[in-house]
Amino acid sequence: MTVAPLLILAVGNPSRGDDALGPRLLERLADEPKVVAGDIELLTDFQLQIEHALDLVGRQGVIFVDAQVGLQEPFRFSQLLPAPDPSPHSHALSPRAVLATYAQLYGAPPPAWLLAIRGEHFELGAGLSQASDQALADAHHWLAERLRQGNLAE
Amino acid sequence: MNGDLETAKDATKLRRIAIEPVTRVEGHGKVTILLDDQHRVHQVRLHIVEFRGFERFIQGRPYWEVPVMVQRLCGICPVSHHLAASKALDKVVGVQQVPRTAELVRRLMHYGQILQSHALHFYHLSSPDLLFGFGSDPGPRNVVGVLAAYPDIAKQGVLLRKFGQEVIRITAGKRVHGTGSIPGGVNKSVSPEDREELLRPLPEILEWAQAGVRLVAALHQQHQDLYDHFGTVPSSLLSLVAKDGSLDLYDGVLRAKDHQGAIIFDQVEPQDYLTRLQEEVRSWSYMKFPFIESLGPSEGWYKVGPLARVQNCDRIGTPLAEAARQELLAAAPGHLVHAPLAYHWARMIELLHSAEVIQELLAEPELGGSELVGKGPRGGGGVGIIEAPRGTLIHHYQVDDQDLVTLCNLIVSTTHNNQAMNEAIRQVARQYLDGHEPTEGLLNHIEVAIRAFDPCLSCATHALGQMPLVVELQDPSGQVVARLSRGVEPIG
Repeated sequence: MTVAPLLILAVGNPSRGDDALGPRLLERLADEPKVVAGDIELLTDFQLQIEHALDLVGRQGVIFVDAQVGLQEPFRFSQLLPAPDPSPHSHALSPRAVLATYAQLYGAPPPAWLLAIRGEHFELGAGLSQASDQALADAHHWLAERLRQGNLAE
Repeated sequence: MNGDLETAKDATKLRRIAIEPVTRVEGHGKVTILLDDQHRVHQVRLHIVEFRGFERFIQGRPYWEVPVMVQRLCGICPVSHHLAASKALDKVVGVQQVPRTAELVRRLMHYGQILQSHALHFYHLSSPDLLFGFGSDPGPRNVVGVLAAYPDIAKQGVLLRKFGQEVIRITAGKRVHGTGSIPGGVNKSVSPEDREELLRPLPEILEWAQAGVRLVAALHQQHQDLYDHFGTVPSSLLSLVAKDGSLDLYDGVLRAKDHQGAIIFDQVEPQDYLTRLQEEVRSWSYMKFPFIESLGPSEGWYKVGPLARVQNCDRIGTPLAEAARQELLAAAPGHLVHAPLAYHWARMIELLHSAEVIQELLAEPELGGSELVGKGPRGGGGVGIIEAPRGTLIHHYQVDDQDLVTLCNLIVSTTHNNQAMNEAIRQVARQYLDGHEPTEGLLNHIEVAIRAFDPCLSCATHALGQMPLVVELQDPSGQVVARLSRGVEPIG
């Protein structure tokens, strides 16, 4: 089975305030020409787990999209290298730990990036905060442009 | 019992240690321990702070939205909420028994969920402790460390988990936020192609599941004294069983046994749960403490989950898992097993059982049937109970004439186990911390006891940078005199 060369994997719970930033970004990318053409696959989940390493098989690249607390800027795009979590917390893995899991299973993982979007409030049943809504728009505009150009360099 | 460790006599003269949140446990949990100057333990409490707001999130919504929306309560076992809500709301659409095809599809979805959740728990969350030791170097004490040291075991865990996810994808329609189960039935059956896809890897899945049971049984037998006594406190047990007394994780009647195995109640229909169970509120905890009404709040607490289920039932209806269950029972002849670490053994027995049940379900011709939804006279509410991976899960709804939910009462498995987890960590604190300078390794013993129950402390967010483990040591005036932080996700 062939897979799309680029995977964009968004993480978050749509009903927990700014945790929805990742899934909401993917909704906005659904009409992108490369997505429609099958060159980019969009995948969303509540949180990252060990089996997400298997979603990376056969890819030329992967972009993780997640809400992040403590960011100064609205969003940050950075390259990721495999690394185990210092100590696993909760039932979720970090993007780096997913890459490390892949590396243990299959060797060097595909190039990977993290698009972190600033989030502040995560209450059950809450929507996006106003500031996060703007951060989402900024992140979407930036990433869509990069995808159209085919340029993911930081 | 460790009731004297629930509240210290004079907390003002004690040092306070907070473990917040508990690592490798979903959501937001915190353990506080009060010590005196000689490191004697005076108070131990597990606080779970994330269960507020569940009912409010659901009330006021149209009932047909609920099976989808409740999946957002939990990122780890959304399928359990999806199915428990569907079962409760079957009664609202007047369906006491869903069509045979719908029940088979729901069962397949549920056992896929149990399999993937148990695989995650054992291979990812618990095996680092069990394989490396509770007090070992925390550096490799994680799933990547297990992958490096035990690559075959860890890879089996990843692939078992993936198989369970595939069962869910096929039956629920999507990997996450599935819509497969609806009030009254399901919205799709399983095609022959999908059935073939799931049957293909099953021989390997069954082999790995058996290997998993052998591994955990061997660990138990190699360290029998530790496994038998670590955090062990006898209690009653609660679970669903089939009406014939066999293990059934999808449906049945409530049964409770006392700590010696005598039946407290049996054959209690789900809608009558409030006649047997009550909940107590305590000032220091957001989470309620359920108890068996006839025993009262101090004696009526109980355990739920795999260890309760495999001992509450009379038998398991699949041969490999039943043989494995007999081996567990033989480890404690003549009495029930109450050791928290035996949860891991029971969990792997249930994982094996789930693989066997999935095999049986895939052989059912009606799994691909066309009668998907039942009909009946509209009802005003219902109760749905299911055995989720971590234990008994109760959903109770009332719906008004406008189809809006007016009452929602959820008792999740972690709430059922609230007292049991508190008792276990008090016992561990007494056994290992009392009189010793607290170290990371010793504090991890507390977390090992909590992880054995596999609590879901609601499904909090996982956002990057958000969930550090913080251990604070405070002097009697509340000033922080030492602070240790680990597990902080690097930013950027």
